[in-house]
Amino acid sequence: MSGFWNAWVWVLTLGTLAGCLWLLQALTTKRKEKRPAEKSTTGHVWDGDLVELNNPLPRWWLWLFWITGIFMIVYLVIYPGLGTFAGIGGWSQTSQYEAEMAAAEKRFGNVFAAFSGVPLPELETDPDALRLGRNIFLNRCATCHGSDGRGAKGFPNLTDTAWLWGDAPDTVIETITNGRTGMMPALGPALGEQGVTEVIAWLRALPKLPASAAADPAGLAPDVAAGRQKFLSFCIGCHGADAKGNQILGAPNLTDTDWLHGSTDADIRDVLMNGRTNQMPAQHDYLTPDRIRVLAAYVLSLGNSGGAQP
Amino acid sequence: MRHETIEKSAGLLGILTALAISIGGMAEIVPLIMSREAVEPAPGVMPYTAIQLEGRDIYVREGCYGCHSQMIRPFRAETERYGHYSLAGEAVYDRPFQFGSKRTGPDLARVGGRYTDQWQRAHLHNPRDLVPESNMPGFPWLSENTLDASLTPVKMQRLRTIGVPYTDEDIAGASALVEGKTEMDALVAYLQGLGTAVKGR
Repeated sequence: MSGFWNAWVWVLTLGTLAGCLWLLQALTTKRKEKRPAEKSTTGHVWDGDLVELNNPLPRWWLWLFWITGIFMIVYLVIYPGLGTFAGIGGWSQTSQYEAEMAAAEKRFGNVFAAFSGVPLPELETDPDALRLGRNIFLNRCATCHGSDGRGAKGFPNLTDTAWLWGDAPDTVIETITNGRTGMMPALGPALGEQGVTEVIAWLRALPKLPASAAADPAGLAPDVAAGRQKFLSFCIGCHGADAKGNQILGAPNLTDTDWLHGSTDADIRDVLMNGRTNQMPAQHDYLTPDRIRVLAAYVLSLGNSGGAQP
Repeated sequence: MRHETIEKSAGLLGILTALAISIGGMAEIVPLIMSREAVEPAPGVMPYTAIQLEGRDIYVREGCYGCHSQMIRPFRAETERYGHYSLAGEAVYDRPFQFGSKRTGPDLARVGGRYTDQWQRAHLHNPRDLVPESNMPGFPWLSENTLDASLTPVKMQRLRTIGVPYTDEDIAGASALVEGKTEMDALVAYLQGLGTAVKGR
């Protein structure tokens, strides 16, 4: 704020204050003045005989005005109110906020720090850690994964046994900290309508077939066999020959009953034709590492903490 | 000047009243209009792109401000949930500002990047598909309505008149950027840009 505007604020504020106090002083009826025997009126007359009395303000009311003026002076000395003058109290919005944050860190930082040395499998059974983890989950994760952790179409269910990127403690911490981007390319141009239909036929048949079917196409229906051929050309790189996926790439297992983007033929066709880019936003800007560990423990406690993959 | 003189002249009373009640504004508002920290953009804050600008108009049209504020106050309870408190320099290109005054839904001042585009689309279409307990209305028509690209340069021109630094190239290229986009595309682009100039909390 420039010198001119600083002076502007000072003059207006103090001028108003002085003006108010002067008015108060100038218009106060002195106690020592003898009140006239006849009652003073404003001179207004209605209906012939209705007059308006002009009595002085009650003293207690007058004093409230003076107290207001004094309060204003004290306030302007202590708090920032006059342009760039910060006040002798040292108060500022930012310093108040920083003090609040520091007090909270002092109180809650230790709470989380106490868990920093505990291995995750142990944290998963600690009711205090889980309660804290649940609060963080509801604040930062529930909008996508649901307040019960069951997710939604396109947003993974965290309570089942299917894990896109794996459920090792360090993996879950990494997923939360830095986020993940899962990329399924659009295969529409490469496969064509017919090819997509065949791949779906293969995916539908796969769970019912013996493990050897991937290697040996003998005895398969023609569209299933054609779908297998296309799968082995286009999909094998990420989802593997057995279609069980690859957690290093975040490629889902296609042989289980868990379909992130929907399980109908139309859903699967859409994913194959148009691809998907699915993102888990990174949390490192918002949560400290201690908090992320507690959160990871809560997430693991929702699902199969044992870690056995289907 | 006698009390009676003022009281009996409505015009004079009006003028003096206006003068008296404007003193507060002159002391509190006018210096801020002239102050650099309130009218210059915070570091990293850019004017809205053509598509974001259209999205902002959708935001205003649908009355999002009725339930969502865009003003994170400097309290721990707010910054823990929403991120760094809002800065004056972040709202310099908001005309009119979307601070809002009521939170039926969460504050959106830093919603940019918090969710994915896919989440925003699915959620705007029908919030209960993703958040079963939500009471936000769905906006399914946004994906069906295509924007009128011929209006975008006019809007940017008008904003430039009141001080938003759009270049001639920005305005010339605006229609091409908006052409064929849906209202959903625009609104998601707007939301994903909100508050992203300031990181962390």
